[in-house]
Amino acid sequence: MEERPLDPAPTIGAPGVAERAVPVPRWLQAMREIRHRLESGLPVLLITPSVIAVLIFVYGFIGWTVYISMTRWNDVLPDYTFVGLRNYIGLFQTPRFQADIRNVVVFTTLFLLGAIVVGFFAALLLDQRVKGETFFRSVFLFPMAISFIVTGIAWQWLFNPQTGINLLLKYAGYTGPLPRWFTDPTIMFGVKAGAIQVGIPVALIPVVIAATWQLSGFTMAMYLAGLRGIPEELREAARVDGASEWQIYRHVVLPLLRPVTLSALIVLGHISLKIFDLTVAMTGSGPGFATDMPAYFMFETTFRGNHFAQGAAIATLMLLLVAALIIPYLRYSLSRETEL
Amino acid sequence: MKVGRAWIYMALLVLTVFYLLPVYVLLLTGLKSFAEADLTRMWNWPTQPSLAAFAKAWEKLSPNFMNSVYLVIPATLISSFIGSINGYILARWRFRGSEILFPAILFGMFIPYQSILIPLVRFLQFVGLYGSIPGLILVHVVYGIPITSLIFRNYYASIPGELVEAAKIDGASLLGIYRWVMLPLSQPGFAVVAIWQFTQIWNDFLFAVTVTNKPAQQPITVALQNLAGSQIVEWNVQMAGALLAALPTLLVYIFLGRFFLRGLLAGALKG
Repeated sequence: MEERPLDPAPTIGAPGVAERAVPVPRWLQAMREIRHRLESGLPVLLITPSVIAVLIFVYGFIGWTVYISMTRWNDVLPDYTFVGLRNYIGLFQTPRFQADIRNVVVFTTLFLLGAIVVGFFAALLLDQRVKGETFFRSVFLFPMAISFIVTGIAWQWLFNPQTGINLLLKYAGYTGPLPRWFTDPTIMFGVKAGAIQVGIPVALIPVVIAATWQLSGFTMAMYLAGLRGIPEELREAARVDGASEWQIYRHVVLPLLRPVTLSALIVLGHISLKIFDLTVAMTGSGPGFATDMPAYFMFETTFRGNHFAQGAAIATLMLLLVAALIIPYLRYSLSRETEL
Repeated sequence: MKVGRAWIYMALLVLTVFYLLPVYVLLLTGLKSFAEADLTRMWNWPTQPSLAAFAKAWEKLSPNFMNSVYLVIPATLISSFIGSINGYILARWRFRGSEILFPAILFGMFIPYQSILIPLVRFLQFVGLYGSIPGLILVHVVYGIPITSLIFRNYYASIPGELVEAAKIDGASLLGIYRWVMLPLSQPGFAVVAIWQFTQIWNDFLFAVTVTNKPAQQPITVALQNLAGSQIVEWNVQMAGALLAALPTLLVYIFLGRFFLRGLLAGALKG
């Protein structure tokens, strides 16, 4: 990243050549003064509409949502009676929301693992000076151009327990009980905690696979850019020192890729916490809310059930979760940028 | 590397199959007749491949496909233009508060939109844009400000400062520099931003499903989801419809992929 030039306020139109020759008439001086003022104020003026829009539509609306989350507005008509944290307390006592927290944590963990492993593996393969690299790269990346709805529809068909992958298993001669995929209500390693089982919902696994399919191209692209950024001399030096290829990757390449992993984890992590379209198209809430997500609960309770305050409370919690991830990251990337 | 080139290519092939499988299935099923597109014969080739399912899907989805077109074109153009102005100012001019302003704008692209949806719907109802394509255009333009400003800011920051200095010495004003120095050099920046916004807006579902309530006004993603969730499951029509919905962004990706990749990496704040 290049350092951006630290331009002072623009000085164009400042007194210059003209003055030397003839005394400048007063009106011209006044005009210049006005022009100068306009010029120095212009950057602020031009960016103001966007700033106002962001202030209202992002920060203002967030404030409004937080306020709604502390009111009694759980019916069609707005009711701004203040009730404090009652909606939040109620939410944490709702089994569906408890399941949502479990699901989003499990989903995010498995999906990040999948996207990092598949993406890194793909990038490593492409880094071996293979023929047709452009083709492979394009194939691994194209799902990113497709909507989650299309992805959901395709993978729902593939994981339909009566056909798709199960049919292939049958063709392959598998005779045991077939997996039930997203219709399976089982919670793996389930431990009863209150109204729900804490563990890994089996029904989430197809969703994790679909999400990995869609977004691992992103990690691949980031890792590939990272790998290409490592100077060949570094590897060569290690080779001269007698390191094996494996050792080079383990001790030279991997440590240098750590910032890439961090970026990928945060960008994909915040997408994963907000996941909505994919589960809507693929599974909905799933058996016993096994694939329900906070974003889906928020949508249903707000826009289908008219529980606006409850929806606003879910939204606020989602925002806090994402902010806890993104704000440190923004500070980190922007401070690094000015250092360079 | 002596790991055996064959193994590398084998692994690449396996990955290729994984990535292409869903598209293969969409295409295979979309080319079948209603009778053949059933659960027990999913992997069979169609005996008589036909485009009938595509025709039927188009018949059902074309109004919504066109809604998406009317949405995506103005929204992309307007938000690219706004991003270009903002990016130019953020990259080249310092004024009081500009170093807080940038991260404050950027934060807007990471928020879960759930946290603004209820006020947004109220606002759109109040100004009479709820349920309409112009309303959705406004939404995408506003929430596109952070990413478009970011990409353009990074792009303009990479234009050598000497060019700007030279223009200043020649007496060019702020807008003059933008018009005569920056804009002519902006095509790659516009390509990246426009392709990014096009893809995002075309694929958006959350705003579409909350802001448009009547089927006649809904973009393609919502209509496709409704088609897939309907009572009579015509697999062939569903899969053909999914392919139709994916086609515009896929074409853009195939022909302009390198610009798409740059937008993608910009989203990770990599510049």
